[in-house]
Amino acid sequence: MTSTSVPVSELAGLLPGLEVIRKDFPILERRLADDLPLVYLDSANTSQKPQVVIDTMVDHLERHNANVARAMHQLGAESSAAFEGARDKVARFLNAPSRDEVIFTKNASEALNLVANTMAWAGPLQVGKGDRVVITEMEHHSNIVPWQLLCERVGAELRWFGLTDDGLLDLSNIDEVLTPNTKVVSLTWVSNMLGTVNPVAEVARRAHEVGAVVVVDASQAAPQLPVDVQKVQGVDSCIDFLAFTGHKVTGPTGIGVLWGRQDLLDQLPPFLGGGEMIATVAMERSTYAPVPHKFEAGTPPIVEAVGLGAAVDYLSEIGLDRIHEHEQAITGYLLEGLATVSGLRVLGPTDVTQRGGAVSFELEGVHPHDVAQVLDMRGIAVRAGHHCAKPAHKRYGVQSSTRASSYLYTTPAEVDALIEGLEYTKRYFKVGHEKGGTR
Amino acid sequence: MSSVDLDALYQEIILDHYRNPHHAGLRDPYEAEVHHVNPTCGDEITLRVHLSGDGRTVEDVSYDAEGCSISQAAASVMADLVIGQPVDEAMTAHEAFLELMQGRGQVEPDEEVLEDGIAFAGVAKFPARVKCALLAWMAWKDATAQVLNGAPADQGGSDA
Repeated sequence: MTSTSVPVSELAGLLPGLEVIRKDFPILERRLADDLPLVYLDSANTSQKPQVVIDTMVDHLERHNANVARAMHQLGAESSAAFEGARDKVARFLNAPSRDEVIFTKNASEALNLVANTMAWAGPLQVGKGDRVVITEMEHHSNIVPWQLLCERVGAELRWFGLTDDGLLDLSNIDEVLTPNTKVVSLTWVSNMLGTVNPVAEVARRAHEVGAVVVVDASQAAPQLPVDVQKVQGVDSCIDFLAFTGHKVTGPTGIGVLWGRQDLLDQLPPFLGGGEMIATVAMERSTYAPVPHKFEAGTPPIVEAVGLGAAVDYLSEIGLDRIHEHEQAITGYLLEGLATVSGLRVLGPTDVTQRGGAVSFELEGVHPHDVAQVLDMRGIAVRAGHHCAKPAHKRYGVQSSTRASSYLYTTPAEVDALIEGLEYTKRYFKVGHEKGGTR
Repeated sequence: MSSVDLDALYQEIILDHYRNPHHAGLRDPYEAEVHHVNPTCGDEITLRVHLSGDGRTVEDVSYDAEGCSISQAAASVMADLVIGQPVDEAMTAHEAFLELMQGRGQVEPDEEVLEDGIAFAGVAKFPARVKCALLAWMAWKDATAQVLNGAPADQGGSDA
């Protein structure tokens, strides 16, 4: 990598035994074209997978594979136990009061769509004409579009909190935005583009004052912060629903989680109809299973759930507090490094305590695609584009950005490689104030 | 990917067009205007086509584009290639460019037909960038088809 890397001991907060942790992730050994080592800085997009997750999934497929809850044989019992065991693990990971409040979905998008769709239908939580749904301008498209669809279907009004110039939620008009007819407030805990950590508990308190249900997108929070659904940011019982996805918490793709308060889940009508979600079916009508199965129609993603169970146990064993400290240390180091690159502008807060481990930036004179392309040539994987957050980009007058995102396996040396790669990119495209400009 | 491939992707000709795009800006008159977007990355182009009264000659192509070096340069090179040309020959150039882009680096470009467009041969080895190079061409083809099919100028194109 580079010769300028900071010795691990000099950067406070890094995970002890970082080199050992890196060995848990076989892909980090990958050599890319030209025999370059992989520098993976795209973990907010998807995280890499530790060996224990891979092994657990392979073992399940090799030795225990059977359908769940319908197979009256030994393998069926083993598979059901593994699947429901994963639910227990996720419930512990979230500190959910009951395992029945953990619903497996395909991803975070499906979890959010589950809530937004079922709120369109008849029931105590139904959103109707003239009601209001509130989101924020920094949401991922998956926490915008489902609510737009809901509002279009029922004739409700969509409103949102704007953003301040320094990348925070603008809550100055909260009294005007949260009206008594507001039925839902849905917001991200940590922004995937700006990195901002939002005051979820404060917004939730205000939302509850007007009787709204609070939905939290924890897709970027769950990987890097301790999540306790019963106590968010030090406040007891302040949120109602929370969604996250498996593949960003070192688990596999194809599995996500919706947690919801049981009394609210009971009030929502079923989402998808099919096997497993019923109590009894007659040709005229059916009755439904209790939660969580009410919301899990059809054969679920079994091995993916089992893999997710292994993933959250892996993270819990290391400790989310320590992972958070590591992310803060690396992100602080990344922000310092980026500040040395002339012509580079970070989007979002530059105070590390206000943000998570995804940092988006613009490099003057070089389009993000071209930045990512040149970095890729050096083995550095970042994301370029709008990161599924077009409105947030528009807010800051940019069409797209480059995003570097770290995780528990990221080293300071990898940050050094990025900074060097950015300087090289500027020379390659002959921009900035560097002398020379050789290619 | 190696630095050799990178230099093949970012030919000087491409970077020159990127820095100084030809025929950029939206102009009158025009018979069709379209707006195309590459949804995966957000690159956008608004493009106008002005054909001769008999519909046989590309009198003008003007555009307002936002995107990476490849997409910007492709718009510039395309405008050079098609403006003032018979529609038939411009379509031939379009097909040759499409073939080059979809050729995974195996197609030998014809400089007679593609002129500066041959500089994009290296792009074909980068599947993620092929869409960037094709954005302007697809917008031009769409707009031209709208003129020839008599669609009104203010309908615009799809957001793909």
